[in-house]
Amino acid sequence: MSQALTDLRPDLTIIQQWVKPNSEVLDLGCGQGELLSYLKAEKGVRGYGLEINPEKITHCIKNGINVIEQNLDAGLGNFKDNSIDTVIMAQALQAVQSPDILVDEMLRIGNQAIVTFPNFGYWRTRLYLLLKGRMPMSESLPYNWFDTPNIHLCTFKDFEQLCHNKGIRILNKRVVDDQHNEHWSMRLWPSMLGETAIYHISR
Amino acid sequence: MPEHIPADSVGIISPIVQRFDEPLTLRSGRVLESYELIYETYGELNADASNAILICHALSGDHHAAGYHSMDDKRPGWWDTCIGPGKAIDTNTFFVVSLNNLGGCSGSTGPTSINPETGKAYGPDFPIIAVRDWVRSQKRLADFLNIQQWAAVVGGSLGGMQVLRWSIQYPERLRHALVIASAPKLSAQNIAFNEVARQAISKDPDFHNGRYMDHGVVPKAGLSQARMLGHLTYMSGDAMEKKFDRDLKSDELSFSFNPEFQVESYLHYQGQKFSTQFDANTYMLMTKALDYFDPTIDHDGDLVKCLSQAQCKFFVVSFTTDWRFAPDRSEEIVNALIQADKDVSYACIASDNGHDAFLLPIPRYLDVFSAYMERVEADIPARSGASTTGESS
Repeated sequence: MSQALTDLRPDLTIIQQWVKPNSEVLDLGCGQGELLSYLKAEKGVRGYGLEINPEKITHCIKNGINVIEQNLDAGLGNFKDNSIDTVIMAQALQAVQSPDILVDEMLRIGNQAIVTFPNFGYWRTRLYLLLKGRMPMSESLPYNWFDTPNIHLCTFKDFEQLCHNKGIRILNKRVVDDQHNEHWSMRLWPSMLGETAIYHISR
Repeated sequence: MPEHIPADSVGIISPIVQRFDEPLTLRSGRVLESYELIYETYGELNADASNAILICHALSGDHHAAGYHSMDDKRPGWWDTCIGPGKAIDTNTFFVVSLNNLGGCSGSTGPTSINPETGKAYGPDFPIIAVRDWVRSQKRLADFLNIQQWAAVVGGSLGGMQVLRWSIQYPERLRHALVIASAPKLSAQNIAFNEVARQAISKDPDFHNGRYMDHGVVPKAGLSQARMLGHLTYMSGDAMEKKFDRDLKSDELSFSFNPEFQVESYLHYQGQKFSTQFDANTYMLMTKALDYFDPTIDHDGDLVKCLSQAQCKFFVVSFTTDWRFAPDRSEEIVNALIQADKDVSYACIASDNGHDAFLLPIPRYLDVFSAYMERVEADIPARSGASTTGESS
């Protein structure tokens, strides 16, 4: 069943604004298919989600979402160049083996891409490291350094540097807090006050 | 024998034989003037015949997919783990049709049937049947049952190839295709295994060029060897290790060439059992149908172009340790479907049971299979004009 916009996670609410109606979407790490389900029902979007968690895959299938069991670290070589309008990856960039290659791949397959990730430059994270001298932990980064799936954490500035080096255009960017809500203060100083980054990019 | 019929069983089932008198022209060019198909059904067909599921069987399967023929049966049908009330293919919801394919030896017309032209069994004269011929005969059965569109066509292994064929041969006649532990065509290695099996059968002195029935014998040794070879390709190395390791039948080595390891006697048992139950000509024919299957042959070898004709939605399943039809082969199908812009979902199930896994009650497999069947149920069109209580979600 489709979800109302108000029920959608706030970061997904922002992402959906950048997806054109009746276009084709590839969602990398699609979870239970919330976003695809919404886009399908409300915007007539067609698409596929990639996921490796068995329970989430079953959930997608129950939701009528096209889900493909595929590990992002094994690459996306099975998708053709320019075959998809928008490639989305929400909260997975920091957990993959080669985030830089994956961003290239997203823009090879898609005309545009949307990437979200936790900002390691968030002020609380900076303060945690500064005062405690230990790897920061928080609600959005709840893991110990030795068992975290987040092996490639970065800050907004790191990501923008990567885009700059690769000649990738940043079409839009937004930041939200750990509840995925926006606040006016984050617009003033996003790299310090934003907890989650949402980037809309293209070649 | 079942002491009592389990609550989630379809119960005692009687097969039905249907005769078809319209000649069937085969891929080979030969014609079957008339033929019979034996089939079973489970569950009830709804008023507009929109809840029907077709089961396509694999190499050595038959029409008896679920339930029991009598209280004396030792085991239920071959896919009883997945078909029954409350099971993945829920017979409270669906009407399930399962048949024995042409060329089979379980009741449909095949090499052991009488050739009306000679009055004797066909034997090796029975025409080699291709997957598309099976699908054509299955479509005639659907017509006979007044089923205009299958809610889903489902099959594993060689059965999955029939499902693929259905999706392009009669695209408007099915809403969902479930392709399990299958491949878009055989690899050279697969064909090689089949040829070794056929050689084992045809070199058995009791084979008599396929006319063993005229001599009152059965090429048991050859058929048994073929089955042993097949059987070991259906298991994974890990599963064999777990089941047999290097266990011996007795405490000491005998320094002879008799079977001493448990794995040897297991294979011998499987081979011997099969050789008394299955027809050698049917085995030859079924392996040939597997070898010949390549739906891209009419589409310049292009699987994307081939599958573009399909109109149904697809669910593809593979198993991690299946090396006969490895996950890569299923992924070829999935990738072609994505490129053809078809609706497709894909699950690769972790299992150490090799190719056999598709017949086994693996919890994740049953979960995801059931989830997809809920979707098949949701796509059953609401009956026009009738006031139905919302049976689908």
